Amino acid sequence: MLNYVIKRVALAIPTLLILIVISFLLMHAAPGGPFTSEKPLPPQVMANIAAKYGLDQPLWKQMVNYIWGILTHFDFGPSFKYKDRTVNDIIAQGFPITLTYGFYSFVVAIVTGMALGIAAAVKQNTWIDYFAVGISIGAQVLPNFVMAPILVLIFTLWLNWLPGGGWNGGQWQYLVMPVIALSTSYMASIARITRSSMLEVLNTNYIRTAKAKGLPWSKVIIRHALKPSLLPVISYLGPAFVGLITGSVVIDMYFSTGGMGYFFVNSATNRDYSVMMGITILVGTLTVLFNLIVDLLYAWIDPKIRY
Amino acid sequence: MLVDKNKLEATAERMAGMDTVKGRSLWADARTRFMRNKAAVISLFVLMLVILFAFTGQFFAAWSNEEIDWAILGQVRELGYPSFETGHYFGADELGRDLYARVVQGSRISLMVGVVGTFIAVFVGTLYGAIAGYMGGRVDQIMMRIVDVLMAIPYMFVLILMLVVFGRSIFMLFVGIGLLSWLDMSRIVRGQTLSIKNKEFVEAAQATGVPTFRIIVRHIIPNLLGIVAIYASLIVPGMIMAESFISFLGLGVQEPDTSWGALISEGAKTMSYGTLWQLAFPLAFFVVTLFSLYFIGDGLRDALDPKDR
Repeated sequence: MLNYVIKRVALAIPTLLILIVISFLLMHAAPGGPFTSEKPLPPQVMANIAAKYGLDQPLWKQMVNYIWGILTHFDFGPSFKYKDRTVNDIIAQGFPITLTYGFYSFVVAIVTGMALGIAAAVKQNTWIDYFAVGISIGAQVLPNFVMAPILVLIFTLWLNWLPGGGWNGGQWQYLVMPVIALSTSYMASIARITRSSMLEVLNTNYIRTAKAKGLPWSKVIIRHALKPSLLPVISYLGPAFVGLITGSVVIDMYFSTGGMGYFFVNSATNRDYSVMMGITILVGTLTVLFNLIVDLLYAWIDPKIRY
Repeated sequence: MLVDKNKLEATAERMAGMDTVKGRSLWADARTRFMRNKAAVISLFVLMLVILFAFTGQFFAAWSNEEIDWAILGQVRELGYPSFETGHYFGADELGRDLYARVVQGSRISLMVGVVGTFIAVFVGTLYGAIAGYMGGRVDQIMMRIVDVLMAIPYMFVLILMLVVFGRSIFMLFVGIGLLSWLDMSRIVRGQTLSIKNKEFVEAAQATGVPTFRIIVRHIIPNLLGIVAIYASLIVPGMIMAESFISFLGLGVQEPDTSWGALISEGAKTMSYGTLWQLAFPLAFFVVTLFSLYFIGDGLRDALDPKDR
């Protein structure tokens, strides 16, 4: 186990470094520096600005400084567009919001998805099964950017039940639609995966034995069938996490929740490279960490897994 | 038991006609299995209609996608509704442009992103996976570690970063989406290659001195096509979705070009003014197409890989 942990951690570090290097090089491949404007500044001023932000140093040194800044005091540098803000300020403002509704969406997707999948498998070929399969097929073609306008149309414009956007400190009315829009397609995938793995498990010999020895059906499901059928779901959590965090960009833009996605898209249209890079790296780090946790969890649950 | 003489004669006659038994190839088998899957066949038909619409729809349009209908500009809500009399079959958008023509244009770009992105993913992924799998050993280790590392990167963010840095263009979008989506394909292909490379025909090729690269291209890859076809069909919807996602954010295709994502985004922005058709038509095309693509993918998987069910 320890060996496996070390191996996985050893793979996570180069992943992050590569991500940082890619985004750093991309940023420097951009035509025009961050301070080129329509009115050209005098060369002396340009030189001063370049010196202030360390842009006069060789590329590798800038990169080392940047990585060093992140590693030692979690400093992503200044924003190139807003003189009074650093990338850290922006992350501190947007990240808690993203985290809040992201967390709820994740929980909703897992709980409803698994419940639907288990119900469908246990009652195979009944109306519950057809209902669950129908929902999970339908929801698959409803990504967040399709769900969001449909929800607003129904609940805000027609029924007038929920506010069409905003955050307002995360009150529940403002959370409902972002969470549903974000979690639907992952709920569908989790339901599908749970159903098929549960069906597979229910056909195994040890389940037949458990039934034959007279265990009540609910006990068979909970005690014997649930744990092994969870494995594929757990391995899906990594991709689901990436999907949720990517989808949060749409949520932030559409519902004006003010999370990180809003700043990301905004900086993309403003060419504020340092903010984009900071957010990309932060998201990448989270992804890598989360995948690491999922893999370790997987190895812990299923002792057969060894790489 | 009585033998039906007529039937027997008919059978004999039929047998006499079939002097050579026609062999059934893997692909012919797969076709019959696919044709038996009703959902997949209907989906294929629907997809054909969408493709036909995307590439010939402009010939039936009363307005081009650039023209502005000055008569309804400013009163799109009252006058721009879908109607055959005005020639705006799908209505008009808030700039007075014909939505039908715009949807035709958007469908074309969305479908093309799906095809081109998949093509790049298939090409790169197949070659990469086949090489890694066939070479084995250290080469395989390094190549697959690279895939592992790239897979852990949240690619939508990097893609948007790329689009911003290199300038937004359809070409960049094609390349970006394609280049970032071959990873899954390469893993699957590698796995399949591992099981093929120890077969006798590969050994025979090695023994007769065929160069390594030639073995990969001529002997390994043709035997991978089944699995490649399945996964290619399964990633097309993902490509279309990725493009629509980026265009929905306003970071993908740029005016005057459009795509389903961009149209949905426009429709979503204007729906509070009551011009619902702006959301409904692009959304319907998007959902119907993705639906049919999923069913076709499922059908292909069942047809080409019958044991995996």
